[in-house]
Amino acid sequence: MTMTSHAASVRFENVTKAYGAVVAVDRVSFTIEPGQLVTLLGPSGCGKTTTLRLIAGLEMATDGKIYIGENDVTKLPVTDRDVSMVFQSYALFPHMSVNENVGYGLKVSGVKKREAQERSQEALRLVGLSDLGERMPAALSGGQQQRVAVARALVLEPQVLLFDEPLSNLDAKLRRRVREEVREIQQNLGLTTVYVTHDQEEALAVSDRIVVMKNAAIAQEGTPRELYDNPADSFVADFIGDANIVEGTVLGSGGETANVRIGSLELELPCRSAAAGPAKIAIRPEAIRLSAGDHGAGMRGTVRKATYLGNHLEYTIETEIGQLFVSDPHVESPAAPGDAVAVQFERRGVTLISDQTGDTNGAPEPSAR
Amino acid sequence: MSNVWRGVVVPWIPRAILLGLFAFAIFGPLANLLLWSVAEVWYFPHKLPLEWGFDFWRQVFKPRGNAMLSLNNSIIIAIFTVIVSLAIAIPAGYALARRNLPWRSLILIAFLLPQAFPSVAVYINVARIFYGFGLAGTYVGVVLVHTVQGLVFAVWIATAAFSAVDRELEEAARNLGASGLRTFMTITLPLALPGIMASAIFVFLISLDEFTGTFFVGVPDVVTMPLLLFNASMEGNYQIASITSLLLLVPSVGFMLFIERFLKADVLAKVGN
Repeated sequence: MTMTSHAASVRFENVTKAYGAVVAVDRVSFTIEPGQLVTLLGPSGCGKTTTLRLIAGLEMATDGKIYIGENDVTKLPVTDRDVSMVFQSYALFPHMSVNENVGYGLKVSGVKKREAQERSQEALRLVGLSDLGERMPAALSGGQQQRVAVARALVLEPQVLLFDEPLSNLDAKLRRRVREEVREIQQNLGLTTVYVTHDQEEALAVSDRIVVMKNAAIAQEGTPRELYDNPADSFVADFIGDANIVEGTVLGSGGETANVRIGSLELELPCRSAAAGPAKIAIRPEAIRLSAGDHGAGMRGTVRKATYLGNHLEYTIETEIGQLFVSDPHVESPAAPGDAVAVQFERRGVTLISDQTGDTNGAPEPSAR
Repeated sequence: MSNVWRGVVVPWIPRAILLGLFAFAIFGPLANLLLWSVAEVWYFPHKLPLEWGFDFWRQVFKPRGNAMLSLNNSIIIAIFTVIVSLAIAIPAGYALARRNLPWRSLILIAFLLPQAFPSVAVYINVARIFYGFGLAGTYVGVVLVHTVQGLVFAVWIATAAFSAVDRELEEAARNLGASGLRTFMTITLPLALPGIMASAIFVFLISLDEFTGTFFVGVPDVVTMPLLLFNASMEGNYQIASITSLLLLVPSVGFMLFIERFLKADVLAKVGN
C-alpha cells in the first residue's frame, strides 16, 4: 500500500445538536480510537446521521466539544476538517468523469496535476476500478458508483473516514461483499472509520465497536460481542439480534451471579447489580432448547407456529411466561403446531437487563435526514 | 370486407379529421404569411398573389433599411435583457432555492406582479417615470422594461434549476475541501446550467416579442421588430409585416427545439415550488 494513514481519534464531549426546540443529538460523549471502525447503530431518527455530520462539520454542535486527534474542531468549518465522507446517495458529481470525481478533492486543495492523477489512479486501483476512470458516473452500476465514492474519500488520506448508510442502495447479495471490502480496506489502511447504519447484522459484521443510539442519546456502547451477550436494556436486546423480553424475579444475588426465577424455572445468571424483586430478562431465540413431549425437564409449552427456513426452524411457543420466539437448528425432527414441548434455557443468551423499557424518556425524535 | 372497413379504417377518420384541423390551425396562418412575403401584387378577390417575387425581402434586408435597423435593435436589446435578467435571476434563484428565506413564496409572487396588472396601465406610468429620469426613448429604458417582464421566467426557472441540484452534491464538494464559491462555480452552477440556459432563452424570446412596453418607452427613438411589424401592418404593407413575423418566428422555433431537447423534466417539475 502506498497510501499512508493519518488515522486520528475522534472524541465527543457532551455534544448536543438542537434545531430550535428539537434535540437531534443530546449530550453525547464517546471516544473512537485511531484505526478503529466504530458503527453508529440505531433506528431512523435516533441521531446517528446527525452525529456523523457533526464529525464532518456539515452540522455544527450547539453545545459540547468535538476533538479529532488532539485538536478541538468544534468550531472548525467543514472545508478545514481532515475528514472524508461517503454519502448515502454516493453524491458523485454527475457532470464529471470518474477520474475527475476522485481527483476533485486533490484539485481544490491545490495538489499538482501530475501527483493528483497518480493518487487518483492509486485510489481507483485500491477499490478495483482502475479501468473505469474515463466513464461518467451514470454509466456505472450501483456497486461501482459506491466504490468511486469510497475512492474519492480515500484519495485525500483523511484522518477520519465517514460512511453514511453506504450499503442501503445496494441489493442484498452485493451488500455482504461490499461490506467485507470496506472492512478490508479500512483494516489494511488502518483508517479511523465511523459507519452509520440501521442494520444490526451489518453493524455486527464490520465493527470493532458499536455505539447504539436511541432518542438522540447513546443507549449502549461496546464490542459486537458485548452488546449481543450483555445488552443493557430491552431496547438494545431487541435491536441487536432478536430477543424475548420476559418478566422474572431476582431471588438473590451473590458476587458474580444472581439467582433468577423465570416462570417455573430457576437460573443462575451473570449479575448486573441486581436487587431482589421483579426483573426483566432477555432471552435469545437460539438460547431456548426444546424437547419433545411433556415429560422432559423444563417448562411446559405448546407449539403455536412452526416455520421451516432451510437451515433452521422458527417456532412460536406458548408458555406460562407468554409466547416465546424460538430459533432451532434441529431441522431433522420438526415439531408441529399443537405439539407439547418442554422448554429449557441455555445460560449463554439469557441476560438480566435493567428495567427501563425506555420509550418514554429522551427528547422527541427529529426525522433523519 | 365491410368488417375490415369498420375495424380498421373507421376509427381513423375522426382522428384524421382532428389532426387535419389542428394542422390547419397551426400551418394555415403560417402559409398565409409565407404567401404574403413573396406576393408582390395581391388583392381581393384573387385567391393567390398575382405577381410573385422577393422584392420585399430585398427591401427588408437592405443594409441601411428600417428593417435591418430594427432587427439589430431587437437583438441588442434582447441580449442585454438576458444579461441583466440573469445577473439578477442567478443569485436570486440560488437564494430562493437554497436559503430558508422568510416570505419565500411572497418574493416569488412579487416577480409575477407586473404581469398581474393591465400592461398598458403599467407602462404608461413607467413611461412617465422614465421620462423624468431621461430614460424614455433610450436602449437602457427599453432593456429595463423588458427585464421586468423577463424576470418572472428567469427567476422562477432559475429557482427550479437550483432546487433540482442535489444538496448532497454540494455537501460532498464542501467535504472534499471546496470553498463555498468554488462549490457553486464547479458543482451547483454547471448542474443548474440547462435550466439557466432555458431561462435565458425564454427571456430572449420575451424581449424579442415585447411590444407594449417598447411602444410606450422606446418610440420613436428605439424601434424594434414588433414595432416595425405594427407600423407595417398599420400602413397596409402586409409583405413587410409578414417577413418581419417570419423573422421573429425563427428564433422562437429554434429555441423551443433546444428546450425540448435539453431541459430535463425534473427541472420543469420544480418550477414554482
